[in-house]
Amino acid sequence: MTSLPPPSARKLGLVIDLDVCVGCHACAVNCKEWNAAGHSAPLTDLDPYGANANGVWFNRVHSFEAGEGAASRTVHFPKSCLHCEEPACVTVCPTGASYKRVEDGIVLVNPDTCIGCKLCSWACPYGAREFDHDAGVMKKCTLCIDRIYNENLEEADRVPACVSTCPASARHFGDLGDPGSAVSRLVAERGGYDLMPEMCYKPVNKYLPPRQRQCGAGHDGAPSSLAAPEPAPGGLLGWLDRVLSR
Amino acid sequence: MGWTNPEVIDTSPSVSDEVKATTCYMCACRCGIRVHLKDGRIRYIEGNKAHPVNKGVLCAKGSAGIMQHYSPARLSKPLLRVGERGSGDFKEIEWDEALRLATTWLSEVRNTDPRKLAFFTGRDQSQSLTGWWAQQFGTPNFAAHGGFCSVNMAAAGLYSIGGSFWEFGEPDWEHSRYFMMFGVAEDHDSNPIKAGLTRLKERGAKYVAVNPVRTAYAAVADEWIGIRPGTDGALVLALVHELLKAQKVDLDFLVRYTNAPWLVIEAPGTAEHGLFARDAEGRPLCFDHKSGAVASALSPNVQPALSGTHRLPDGRAARPSFALLAEKYIDGRYSPEAAAIVTGVPAATIRRLAAEIAHAAFSRQIELPIAWTDWAGRRHETMIGRPVAFHAMRGISAHANGFQTCRALHVLQMLLGAIDTPGAFRYKSPYPRACPPPLKPAGKPGQVEPLKPMPGPPLGFPMGPEDLLLEADGSARRIDKAYSWEAPVAAHGMMHLVIRNAWAGDPYPIEVLFMYMANMAWNSAMNSAGTIEMLTAKDAGGRYRIPRIIYADAFLSETVPYADLILPDTTYLERWDCVSMLDRPIGSAHGPADAIRQPVLQPDRDVRPFQDVLLDLGVRLGLPGMVKEDGNPRFPGGYADYLVNHERPPGSGIGPLAGWRGADGAKAGKGEPNPDQLARYVENGCFWKQELPETALYYKHANKAYLEHAVAMGFIGKAEQIVLQLYVEPMQKFRLAADGHGKVQPPDHLRARIREHFDPLPIWYPPFEHQAVSDAAFPLSAVTQRPAAMYHSWGSQNAWLRQIHGENRLFMNRATAAALGIADDDWVYVTSHHGRIKCQVKLMEGVNDRTVWTWNAIGKRAGAWNLDPRAPEARRGFLLNHLIAELLPEQGGHRLPNADPITGQAAWYDLRVRVEKAPAGAAVSEPAFKPLPVLPGVGRRPGILRYGEEIRAARLGGRGGRSGP
Repeated sequence: MTSLPPPSARKLGLVIDLDVCVGCHACAVNCKEWNAAGHSAPLTDLDPYGANANGVWFNRVHSFEAGEGAASRTVHFPKSCLHCEEPACVTVCPTGASYKRVEDGIVLVNPDTCIGCKLCSWACPYGAREFDHDAGVMKKCTLCIDRIYNENLEEADRVPACVSTCPASARHFGDLGDPGSAVSRLVAERGGYDLMPEMCYKPVNKYLPPRQRQCGAGHDGAPSSLAAPEPAPGGLLGWLDRVLSR
Repeated sequence: MGWTNPEVIDTSPSVSDEVKATTCYMCACRCGIRVHLKDGRIRYIEGNKAHPVNKGVLCAKGSAGIMQHYSPARLSKPLLRVGERGSGDFKEIEWDEALRLATTWLSEVRNTDPRKLAFFTGRDQSQSLTGWWAQQFGTPNFAAHGGFCSVNMAAAGLYSIGGSFWEFGEPDWEHSRYFMMFGVAEDHDSNPIKAGLTRLKERGAKYVAVNPVRTAYAAVADEWIGIRPGTDGALVLALVHELLKAQKVDLDFLVRYTNAPWLVIEAPGTAEHGLFARDAEGRPLCFDHKSGAVASALSPNVQPALSGTHRLPDGRAARPSFALLAEKYIDGRYSPEAAAIVTGVPAATIRRLAAEIAHAAFSRQIELPIAWTDWAGRRHETMIGRPVAFHAMRGISAHANGFQTCRALHVLQMLLGAIDTPGAFRYKSPYPRACPPPLKPAGKPGQVEPLKPMPGPPLGFPMGPEDLLLEADGSARRIDKAYSWEAPVAAHGMMHLVIRNAWAGDPYPIEVLFMYMANMAWNSAMNSAGTIEMLTAKDAGGRYRIPRIIYADAFLSETVPYADLILPDTTYLERWDCVSMLDRPIGSAHGPADAIRQPVLQPDRDVRPFQDVLLDLGVRLGLPGMVKEDGNPRFPGGYADYLVNHERPPGSGIGPLAGWRGADGAKAGKGEPNPDQLARYVENGCFWKQELPETALYYKHANKAYLEHAVAMGFIGKAEQIVLQLYVEPMQKFRLAADGHGKVQPPDHLRARIREHFDPLPIWYPPFEHQAVSDAAFPLSAVTQRPAAMYHSWGSQNAWLRQIHGENRLFMNRATAAALGIADDDWVYVTSHHGRIKCQVKLMEGVNDRTVWTWNAIGKRAGAWNLDPRAPEARRGFLLNHLIAELLPEQGGHRLPNADPITGQAAWYDLRVRVEKAPAGAAVSEPAFKPLPVLPGVGRRPGILRYGEEIRAARLGGRGGRSGP
């Protein structure tokens, strides 16, 4: 079993805005292409042109409906490793391959010591681990460890691929251990929440709930129907008789 | 002692050896991309932050470009059919032989009757080249895919406001307070729309989605209006009714910027009834309160009447078009109650939407402190805005009432003063243009002759019956019958009817069908199974009824096996290409822009860029403009040469690319060719853009600074106001013909149809298929949606995208299914008047209860795209196309196109069906076709894909490569 380092001050993670996520899969595919040749390369695809194409993806978007009838809504829910503060996937690892980084809290797998036993994927309640059957090792979101500190990239590009590519700006990256960071402020302002807090793994990633929908009467002070104006002299189109200039 | 991590990680690995900018082609949005290359392979594709379209982001499709480029379905060498069509018996041939053969076939046609070539180019982004090529060849039988895409949207917009949604316009994301979006495919302007929705929501604006289906964009809307398909026009006209009744219209905007005051002649029974009254110079007239007389409506100094009946100098009566409009829509026929019956949207909701729109437009008026000068030279200290924006796409376009529905939406915008004002719809450069642009289709008798180019382009905008392409007997001149009485304003052609008409020899047989990148033997066809039969049908003499088919594509689509000669194209990363303002522009409200593609990689196959091939054929055929006087190629450097040196018209200084023109590259828009132009584009990330000055950003249709800029750039001829058309006079000209006026007369069986549908003021009528089949037999509408992560059929060859959309289901409303005894995951039969399919259902809440839907183009024919024949796309995927007929059921001895009566737009979304539970049986969709064979030269598909392994191994210097077999 693997021990966790003392909690790091720096807790890097993602904040995902469910108000504006349209479920377009840009994050998932851009993650796939960056990481296909990245730190954990390859992200093997089995039977890629066949009956059961099945590949390694660090980030997947789940689309579903919640509720019934008029109260129902369509939810697009992107999900990847939440880089928990107390990740069971690490503590369950028999070889120390799964670990939480000392300096920033990112949860990684060392492929050299991973024996492919899959205990971590059983332990993770979020289903965020991805077994590469071809390589025989567990893989997972690295928070783009080979981007976020990468001095070969421009500073603006030193964010995870999913954040960089999101067309809706629904994904934010930063230090959730710093209450003054942009992501922490966003979480505070928008009521960001933990996924399944009852599991007590303290996910670092946060989700922002949809904003209050502006449906029904009274939007922006608008009436619920237009009042009929006073009848104007001159009949049905009498109101058009005022002087208008080109 | 501190903790250490159990491994040391290189957090700054080298990313790439080289980064090349180019333009994406994974869908139609044309985003800027940066392609990272490592060890000669693609390491990563990202959005270009400087690019005006996507500003650095990239969607799922664009991010999967690697898998498209390395697709095992790529063609690798020219192929000549040696067996029967569809058999897959081809032999590989050399390019020279392929081009010689094509030249022989084409020159036979050109020497005798150029119309016997039908050249149709699908999802072509080089239409200004391909259309010009057709013109120089001399055939009117040219179009791209617009006729089955969104010509209703484009034509209605161009005839109404001189612009349109999507490519010619965008919402003012920064200022709008109320945004209403109708039926938008998620691959049109997709990154800008996603970014824009986020901006709206950040600012607290309200977003209303009108769509029978609540998927991606609609899912994040503040309010979802799950309307019945094909009824949006009724909803919009009810909103117009409410606004007029409450007098919530912007009269100042209407008199200044629209034809609201133009006088319409009231002389029933005469040839000028319903036309605008004009003076001797042809200027429209209004009644001027100031002078108490009729006067030019174009004068800036009149005080025009919007009501009343006025006497023209010749004694005839005339009324302002607005008076006709107001009277029409104030009528109870357009009440919310009437619309509720049609649309299923409660009357109270329609009333509330109207009130919210009016409130946003008039109680939340915005005023930008930007001084500007109008077309007449008058200075205005501010720009007044109506912060209500609308956007629409195929959902309202792909119906037989789509033209008039789009018109209705534009009329609503005009009434609100919400055209190119702050907070509203904004034109994208190079629009606005005249309503419509002054371009007539060529191809009349006398304009098509052997060995001669046509005097004009094949596509344009008819202004009346005299502009139709008709034989003396009134029959169609074009193979697709565009610009005939069946589709007089078919401004994008009618590709969906080409194969049928060619097969039927109606209006005449053709000799060569030449297509590019259009999957007409599958998902791009209405009646796919029938189309396959037509492609293989022979005449009594054993000759194919469509004798020769040349097809150019990069990939093994379902259509390839049905062609005789295959010209293999490159991928989008292996070519020079152009996103031109002469074609489908990528300008924005902030200014004009265009772009190129550059070869990022050299082809590793014997393939050639289609545009190079087309120019080569042009040289071999000796087409004017493509050869010099001495017969040598005018563009020996191929398409790249053409992009730089072609001018249209010659000597005009206007060419495919607007940036860095002039010998020194200092000119924009107009200027002599610059030999360094492509290099300048490449230096700048493969795009060019120009920012408009602040004073030119709004009111472009009447803004002096903007209009003068547009003239200087060559977008428009004169810096004159573009008057928006509430009332579209050309429609009335067609109607007058139907009433018997004029020399060019419709056939009798079409008179009533023309009279009814060519209303110069928008109308709503039930889609034709809804009228033709009974509600009892076919109670449900069936439509498709475009997923955000898949573009048409070609995404299925993509190893990554097909893991997201590898099969499709028929989505049904849960309550509707329950009433039919259908449970989740059941297999069902779906039947239309035309055919039957079998597929599997998925129940949901977020779909109109009289509508079923599925994702577009996921179903594949077994074996196509080099997928395993057992792939889920073929086993469980399905198309609605098999249910859709290209013609309507017979009526009065005629079968008319399943299309809009004005534009000929394919009415895909008019489909009506019934759904029944299928008896227990194989869990396989129907119809199932014989698997397609793999063609020569198509690569082996790998059983395991380890993309990136080699790049990683090289990075680690051998360490970390995969061990074992």
